[in-house]
Amino acid sequence: MKIEIKNEEVRSEIIQRIEEISGENIYKCYQCGKCSAGCPSADEMDLLPNQVIRNLQIGKVDAVLNSRSIWVCATCYMCWIRCPRGVNLTSLFEACRLMTLRQNLDQVGLKEAIKESEEMDIPQIAIISLLRKLTS
Amino acid sequence: MEVSYFPGCTLKQTARNFEISAISSCKLLGLDLTELSRWNCCGTVYSLSTDDSMHHLAPIRNLIRVQEDGFKEVVTLCSMCYNTLKQANELMKKEPDRLKKMNDFMYREEDYIPDVEVYHLVTYIKERLGYEKVRELVKQPLTGLKVAVYYGCLLLRPDSIKLDDRENPMIMEDLLTALGAEIIDYPFSNECCGSYHTLGQKEIVLNRTNKLITEARRDGADVLVLSCPECDFNLDHRQKDTLEKYPNFQTMPVLYFTQLLNIALGGNLEDCGFELNYIDPLPVLREKGIIK
Ligand code: SF4
Ligand code: SF4
Repeated sequence: MKIEIKNEEVRSEIIQRIEEISGENIYKCYQCGKCSAGCPSADEMDLLPNQVIRNLQIGKVDAVLNSRSIWVCATCYMCWIRCPRGVNLTSLFEACRLMTLRQNLDQVGLKEAIKESEEMDIPQIAIISLLRKLTS
Repeated sequence: MEVSYFPGCTLKQTARNFEISAISSCKLLGLDLTELSRWNCCGTVYSLSTDDSMHHLAPIRNLIRVQEDGFKEVVTLCSMCYNTLKQANELMKKEPDRLKKMNDFMYREEDYIPDVEVYHLVTYIKERLGYEKVRELVKQPLTGLKVAVYYGCLLLRPDSIKLDDRENPMIMEDLLTALGAEIIDYPFSNECCGSYHTLGQKEIVLNRTNKLITEARRDGADVLVLSCPECDFNLDHRQKDTLEKYPNFQTMPVLYFTQLLNIALGGNLEDCGFELNYIDPLPVLREKGIIK
């Protein structure tokens, strides 16, 4: 597959924001794939964790922000602690979610979440953490 | 010994069995868990963005309460509370400018001085009493009970808060060994249960529960032991839906470590709150002769 890498995309404002918010330098990653090997959510992802950061490195931020991956990540911290380069991919995933959430684009509705939680005795921490991670 | 204790919301609601068994077993260990006179929800997840201080207010407010009550240490049980309180505390120690900003924001509170230490109960027991002392206090050894220990994510990651080695933790295993249980080598002990996706993306959790419990069975465990009401919901209560999705799935009792601690120390069965466990652990405990 031919991919065109464009200068203005690589250093786009949004990628710089992602780096700023996550506090991480995306160019530290050398694509070993260890993050993806250990990610418990990899099965459910359309872009593997190492592909997420690769796309950011080459300026394909839309592919990342439109992916399912950033919303199935459960912030388990495995990618970060196992990365041989110490890349905090966990925070990069969070920053990518925030790019959408901060436009007031919630991924779950409060009402539906509460309604679903009433059908079973869902623990309070599940409700709060879901809302913290998927709404703004 | 009086110990300042932060329960968190879930231990007052769906995970009451975790709280009552902890209070009872601590009493038997000579630890008096003293609930903070005031506290609020910790926020459950630590905010990972560099520009967000707002979400650190909730955990730090709780640490101010510890200060107000005259303590220098606080013990908690829930993995999510532990992780959030501890990560926020570590941040305050590292970033004085941010601490100042937050103290200014909470101008009606006393200033937070970041020298409170956040403990998980298991570390507290290990460091303050030592497992030898625990072993001496055992009245009903858990002999013959094969236990898989499940830590999940938030007791081991990230590095700033880890209870023990993050890939090969033993702190919980050593406690259960002191109680007489047999520890099973369980390779998924630090895998993620799917966490909050249990709401909204339940399928993710059902796949994990199937994988994690099936592996524990294959490894020969009788029960799975953990320390988080979120993991507990996913790995115990979600076994109902897991069985519907995977008809060959074999269920397994899942217990809080404090429930086994309470039994081993000779505490009352009522103080285990087993009626809140979904898969009933009583048959296997009876079969092993651990309870009557
Ligand atoms: S483990 Fe680290 S260096 Fe390797 S691909 Fe993942 S982020 Fe890049
Ligand atoms: S934090 Fe997210 S991306 Fe990283 S290993 Fe866990 S689920 Fe995967």
